[in-house]
Amino acid sequence: MSHDTAHALEHPTSTGLDNRKLAIWTFIGSECLFFASLISTYLVYRPKVLQRGIGPFPHEAWTSPTGQHFEPILEIKLVTIGTALLLFSSLFVVIGLNGAQRGKRAQMLGGLGATILCGMFFVGMQVYEFTHFVREGLKLQTNMFGASFFTLTGFHGTHVTIGVIWLITIFILALRGQLPKEKALNLEMAALYWHFVDVVWIVIFPVVYLMK
Amino acid sequence: MATSAVDHAHTHASASHGPSTGLWSWITTVDHKRIGILYGATAFVFFLLGGIEALLLRIQLGRPDNTFLSPELYNQLFTMHGTTMIFLAVMPLSAMYFNFFIPLLIGARDVAFPRLNAFSYWVFLLGGLFLNASFLFGAAPNQGWFGYANLTSKQFSPGLNVDFWMLGLQILGIASLAAGVNFFVTVLNLRAPGMKLMRMPMFVWMSFITQILILLAFPVITVALILLMFDRFFGTHFFVPSGGGDPLLWQHLFWIFGHPEVYILILPSFGIVSEILPVFSRKPLFGYAAMVFSGAFIAFLGFGVWSHHMFSTGMGPIADTVFSLTTMLIAVPTGVKIFNWIGTIWGGSVQFRTPMYFAVGFIAMFIMGGLSGVMHASPPADLQQTDSYFVVAHFHYVLFGGSIFALTGGAYYWWPKMFGRLLDETLGKVHFWLMLIGFNLTFFPMHIVGLLGMPRRVYTYPAGLGFDIYNQIETAGALLLGVAFLVFIANVLKTWRKPANAPADPWNGATLEWAIPSPPQEFNFPEVPTVHSRDPLWELKREHGGPLPEPQHVSGAGIHMPNPSFWPALAAVGVVAVFVSLMTSHRTGAIGVAAAISLLFFSVYNWAFEPA
Repeated sequence: MSHDTAHALEHPTSTGLDNRKLAIWTFIGSECLFFASLISTYLVYRPKVLQRGIGPFPHEAWTSPTGQHFEPILEIKLVTIGTALLLFSSLFVVIGLNGAQRGKRAQMLGGLGATILCGMFFVGMQVYEFTHFVREGLKLQTNMFGASFFTLTGFHGTHVTIGVIWLITIFILALRGQLPKEKALNLEMAALYWHFVDVVWIVIFPVVYLMK
Repeated sequence: MATSAVDHAHTHASASHGPSTGLWSWITTVDHKRIGILYGATAFVFFLLGGIEALLLRIQLGRPDNTFLSPELYNQLFTMHGTTMIFLAVMPLSAMYFNFFIPLLIGARDVAFPRLNAFSYWVFLLGGLFLNASFLFGAAPNQGWFGYANLTSKQFSPGLNVDFWMLGLQILGIASLAAGVNFFVTVLNLRAPGMKLMRMPMFVWMSFITQILILLAFPVITVALILLMFDRFFGTHFFVPSGGGDPLLWQHLFWIFGHPEVYILILPSFGIVSEILPVFSRKPLFGYAAMVFSGAFIAFLGFGVWSHHMFSTGMGPIADTVFSLTTMLIAVPTGVKIFNWIGTIWGGSVQFRTPMYFAVGFIAMFIMGGLSGVMHASPPADLQQTDSYFVVAHFHYVLFGGSIFALTGGAYYWWPKMFGRLLDETLGKVHFWLMLIGFNLTFFPMHIVGLLGMPRRVYTYPAGLGFDIYNQIETAGALLLGVAFLVFIANVLKTWRKPANAPADPWNGATLEWAIPSPPQEFNFPEVPTVHSRDPLWELKREHGGPLPEPQHVSGAGIHMPNPSFWPALAAVGVVAVFVSLMTSHRTGAIGVAAAISLLFFSVYNWAFEPA
């Protein structure tokens, strides 16, 4: 990772790492425990949902006492596409950052723009998924699957949304020519956060969508 | 002392801002010393509030079948006493020392993120006010500081009480996490040249480990509180058995936070005592490396013992055994620390000034708290002791006999550096003896009534169970503790009227803060010092062949210090407004949350784009 020397000279630090970069890593470390707690909660309640027998269920069909039939509610194909795009967005943000660090404007804007589009698709997918679930009869209050699913993926989605807003802010700065090489760290911080949000999804996706 | 060349090369034309005064200067300040004073003053007020709550509880328990407090008010007061002392007194009093002294001890001009530091303070202040505003609605939290499900469910606590508590703690968690990131980076990145990690003063080490605990423990309680919030506001059943939830999950999440929290409360105090003892024994800290590693080991083990708070839930023999063993293991590094403190005093030229009284008192009281702690590490013993006054005695010996003694000693030790005035020695010693006697009168008999079977958290007890005399002694002791702190306040007021003429180095200190004038100038160090050893100032005095000349105030021209800013305070208002809005009805709540988030975004954007 190229370290911009101009900044290092401005603020000599004991570790040689920029304060802000160390801070974002620290924040990410703390966030790991946040998502670990949410994922654990999901895992604790996941087996209990079937035991109680109140659907709809993620992977199993269900017929309610009133005779209403429910299909397994998760739409794995759609979410796989969203997951793939989110994974690719991590590549795009690396390309954009590389452009920013080398002062290549087109590469920077292209990479950033692609990242933002992927992020927006992912958020859009989640909005669709949530509204679809509610229409199908799975609300936050319906059963423990609804509660822990919406909470876990909702908080992840909020993180993605904040990341998109952050990246759009930087995109506008870059568009105005306010992101010269020396300030590439501004983008690098957002990129680190973005990778983290992506990594968390790599855990959530198999736990929620693939594990039966 | 050499100046870092880079530092001078970088000096902007912007001269340092003169010492500004007035309310606005305090609201917009980003100076770590001023923020430290704000933390200290605020936390002390909350400490007195928590103390008054405790006195009311003790008056109620002073005789059997008392009707001084109603059961409902008693519940509110013991819940607020615990919550206040932990989150609004001990943690922010530690934060006062982090703020004021970490930069001074590592030879830095400020923290890594001065505006984030201001933000932490304002969120803490507003969060504390929010929590206490519950009294105005007659709905202070009443379920205990641990907030066990089902006490907190909508069914059993329909009022605002639990709402105030769960939202208040979320607000305070934001302040702690922001400060955690800030001080973690500050300690790693802002050390003066030559100050390697293993040369850092012990207070900095223990504070650094505390930040790691905060960063790893607070996200867990945040999640637990969010789940509780969903249960209460949005009708989920995370902790409601009738809907498929599991109340035990709350206990696990709470104590995965709650036990590290205990070390968050005590480790900074370990650090303070480790600064005081060497200075007043005229000897370097004994076993420095062992002190560092035992502190780190305590913190590490702190994440593996949470279920010893849950022995009575019936986890089974394997879980009981594992958590019992890890808990007992913590006694080892703690014992290492105690022996090292004694080793530091051993053979030293001991000077019994007020800070030393408190430090030695700390060691004695903390040992007693530690010993009763080892007792209920054993599940069979714990099953007898849990929920009785024995446990109340235990944790007051470690948190009052431990934390409060050390924090008070730290006040006497560092007061001259913070305000340029030495606190009165005689009043200080009176304070110490009243506090030591009052403390033991209050809390020692609790061991006995606890073993006799007196339960915690119950507003009264019938006569004739053998509890009466002990409770009378406890109440008398508590009143004496109140007097002790009145003496402290008298000492502060008396000292305030004296001229600010304390010398820079009144105790013959070993660390960097004593090398600069008292109180320090805004930029702390006119020249960033270079450090060659663990006791840099003692080394300098040895080389100099005696006391150093009194450091003079110098012009700060050419030293670039961060500009004041009011965006952190406004962002804090935005954060708290989000939580306040959540308490209102659905419609106004949604509008309020949207408005508050807009304010937050507006402030954060202005903050991000203003020149620091």
